[in-house]
Amino acid sequence: MGGKHYLPLTDQDRREMLAAIGVGSVEDLFSDIPAAVRLKNNLNLPPAMSESEVIGHLNNLASKNRHFQNSVSFLGAGIYDHFIPSIIKHVTGRSEFYTAYTPYQPEVSQGVLQAIFEYQTMICQLTGMDVSNASMYDGGTAVAEGAIMGCGATRRSKVIVSRSVNPYYRAVLRSYFHSRGLTLEEIPLKGGHTDRAALEKTLGDDVATVVLQQPNFFGLVEDMEGVADLIHGHKAVFVVSADPISLPLLQTPAEYGADIVVGEGQGLGVAVSFGGPVLGIIAARDKFVRQMPGRIAGETVDSEGNRGFVLTLQTREQHIRREKAASNICSNEALIALAASVYMAAMGPQGMREVAGQCLQKAAYAREKITALDGYATVFPGINFKEFAVTVPGDSAELNRKLIEKNILGGVDLAVFYPELKNTMLFAVTEKRTREEIDTLVRELEGWK
Amino acid sequence: MRKSKALLFEMSHAGRQGYSLPSCDVPEKPVDELLPRKLQRCEPLDLPELSEGEIIRHYTGLSTRNFGVDTGFYPLGSCTMKYNPKINEEAAVLPGFAYLHPCQPEETTQGALELLYNMEQDLIELTGMDRFTLQPAAGAHGELTGLMVIQAYHRQRGDYKRNKVLIPLSAHGTNPATVSMTGCEVIQVPGDERGLVDLKALKAVIDGTISALMLTNPSTLGLFEEEIEAIAKAVHEAGGLLYYDGANMNANMGYTRPGDMGFDVVHLNIHKTLSTPHGGGGPGGGPVGVKECLIPFLPVPLIDKKGEGFCFNYDLPESIGKVHSFYGNFGVIIKAYTYMRMMGAEGLKQASTDAVLNANYLMNLLKKTYHLPYDRTCKHEFVLSARREKKKGAGAGDIAKALLDRGFHPPTVYFPLIVEEALMIEPTETETKETLDAFAGAMEDIAKEINEDAEKVIHGPYHTVVGRLDEVRAARNPILRWNKEQQL
Ligand SMILES: Cc1ncc(COP(=O)(O)O)c(C=O)c1O
Repeated sequence: MGGKHYLPLTDQDRREMLAAIGVGSVEDLFSDIPAAVRLKNNLNLPPAMSESEVIGHLNNLASKNRHFQNSVSFLGAGIYDHFIPSIIKHVTGRSEFYTAYTPYQPEVSQGVLQAIFEYQTMICQLTGMDVSNASMYDGGTAVAEGAIMGCGATRRSKVIVSRSVNPYYRAVLRSYFHSRGLTLEEIPLKGGHTDRAALEKTLGDDVATVVLQQPNFFGLVEDMEGVADLIHGHKAVFVVSADPISLPLLQTPAEYGADIVVGEGQGLGVAVSFGGPVLGIIAARDKFVRQMPGRIAGETVDSEGNRGFVLTLQTREQHIRREKAASNICSNEALIALAASVYMAAMGPQGMREVAGQCLQKAAYAREKITALDGYATVFPGINFKEFAVTVPGDSAELNRKLIEKNILGGVDLAVFYPELKNTMLFAVTEKRTREEIDTLVRELEGWK
Repeated sequence: MRKSKALLFEMSHAGRQGYSLPSCDVPEKPVDELLPRKLQRCEPLDLPELSEGEIIRHYTGLSTRNFGVDTGFYPLGSCTMKYNPKINEEAAVLPGFAYLHPCQPEETTQGALELLYNMEQDLIELTGMDRFTLQPAAGAHGELTGLMVIQAYHRQRGDYKRNKVLIPLSAHGTNPATVSMTGCEVIQVPGDERGLVDLKALKAVIDGTISALMLTNPSTLGLFEEEIEAIAKAVHEAGGLLYYDGANMNANMGYTRPGDMGFDVVHLNIHKTLSTPHGGGGPGGGPVGVKECLIPFLPVPLIDKKGEGFCFNYDLPESIGKVHSFYGNFGVIIKAYTYMRMMGAEGLKQASTDAVLNANYLMNLLKKTYHLPYDRTCKHEFVLSARREKKKGAGAGDIAKALLDRGFHPPTVYFPLIVEEALMIEPTETETKETLDAFAGAMEDIAKEINEDAEKVIHGPYHTVVGRLDEVRAARNPILRWNKEQQL
């Protein structure tokens, strides 16, 4: 039988326990399951394996994949190959953290609670917001919940979102909104940026939330001047999906007047893991705290006056408010938030500025080199942070196949999301890419066609 | 000696550094040239400055102020705090899994797709459903996905009037909260004196506007809904669907399957039943399984077999869309898959057997001291009431604190709501008889202490790193972040 080393009861234990209960066999404990719904046969699952066999099997599966350790990645679209300091896995690997449940019993959960409190503080520092929650599932669900916060705060039901917001996030937003019966309208692109005139036209006093992204999906830094005034003029809520890695360098959402900041926190020291588990960020101005979904840690004192931390403002949450809760979220991504905290603590202000600065420099270098090649051109002129879109001389998927032969994971094919953008690719260049890797990419692109 | 612990920010010293980065090796341009001044951050970035050693000591210190399954017995009802096998952790960080980008071309992620495909087949067999999506990132997220699928199904049939979802009074808070997120209305279904769904009362509220019934089986009282067939029939006859909250699947593995009970949609909490740890609150995983008629509505993409390989299938015109940016918590799914491979069919059945045996054994020990409102064979958990103790001055919450002093994590308290002063106890299969005996001893000891000196109990705990924390103060005067100004 498999898993015996996880199951401590011996046959002797079982006999004694059954006798204590006063039943003859374990079958008696299952007699309340009606015969008609009882399984007649054993489950038909692959046979149990030993630990070394399982690792062998998994190694075999893992070895069929290309990955960042055997290929050089220029993929982005919200998930990035950023540097991960070694210290992170040693902290998240402490099993007092990872084998704990949500900290409902604060006196024995000060570790997780204080770590969340520190995480919330650092997310606020980064975004300029007043409050942060303890995490959401991912960037897409954070965008959806951020938009819903706006609906709760304004008691309106229409949300407008720019087409320059990550299409994966918009897809999640769409399903959340459709099911809830809320209205979603998209603002078209103008040169890869949010079309300001269209935004102005669509905005009305029925709009709850406007969702923009900075830098946007094409890696472009949008000009946010005047946007907040425009949105607030209609008493709507301004939600920004931000890349936390960009924030040490870029104007903070608070500085340009956003009300709520959401985003994907994977860049903060979290492995890409095929897109999950990652980290949904949600932070807001004080006045939106009642609409905030999920856990929030807060400071208090114990019976002797010592500082301590607890989960707080729980009257927003499902276990107290049930159908009137701000959201249904219960389990979140606590351990990933811990990883992000360790990242921010280790990098500090200087390291985080350096990462952002290198992204900016390296992406600019790569963009210049690539767009100087015959057949390659900038799609959208503008200011790029760490990603940029280029037209390529042929089919993007075909180009990617050829790059893989050279151990390069090329850019994201934009036509998948924007049918009008044929033969265009989105390249991401993080601080981890070396000049040599970029030059190799450029050479391979040059040699194609 | 009790002491609070300094925050990272209070330990910061300007000029200390905890990272090492290579220098920029491309020709650099002035930042202002690449990013106009007006788009640059002005606000200072006030993060802590610390060396690596200080950071590790800080978090090691925090970890010792935290209780996990690896610390001790954690009978938190409804949460299935079973032992989390260490091999799970190793599996998820294999470079071929951890360094895989979600936008890589399919042909470069075949191993990952195969794992996801295999996992789906395992879950189909475990639950008796026809297909699964692995996208939902937790149980509540699964509930939302499942209800979205159900709503899409009704709408596709032109059945727009179904906007009510039935939920037993004993249900977990995420159930009603999820219903609201889909724009539907919650209709409460009362329980009977056995603690089970009151079939008559259920039938009385069923009509043509019912979208679904959400049910946990065994229920949050740890009791098997014996009339599940009749319940399913009543809902189906009225055109409604049955949703299975799989939080309590740890009682059923190899014994019974929601698919065979008549459920149309199922979510599992793989961080509970399938041992991938809880992570201090997450990440989890909430895969959703459906019966044949609901497959067209599942989120995209599905993962299909194609020849010898595997591929994403986005061709589902009736799909509800996406509920997660990518494919869900892949790293967590790897752990659940590892667990299922280790256990096999027999191992999983033994796990459920021992979970139920442990619960019944402990229930029998404890009912001698505490009130057991529903005294019948339980499944993987049971609920006591501390109402007698409350009368003497100390309730469920105080008993929880007293357990902390005795080295145990307490049960879930004040849930389910239908039991006064509830103590919901789920020992799981990975605990020894000695541990259960010791826990029962501690509980008896606490009952005795309440008899003798309830006043002492309500001021506990006494041996934890901090004393009882003032939750009311935290909520009245919310301090949700550290603030430099406030400290000066
Ligand atoms: C019965 C029940 N349903 C649903 C949930 C929600 O699961 P999750 O925390 O994974 O979202 C829980 C979790 O505690 C539960 O016990």
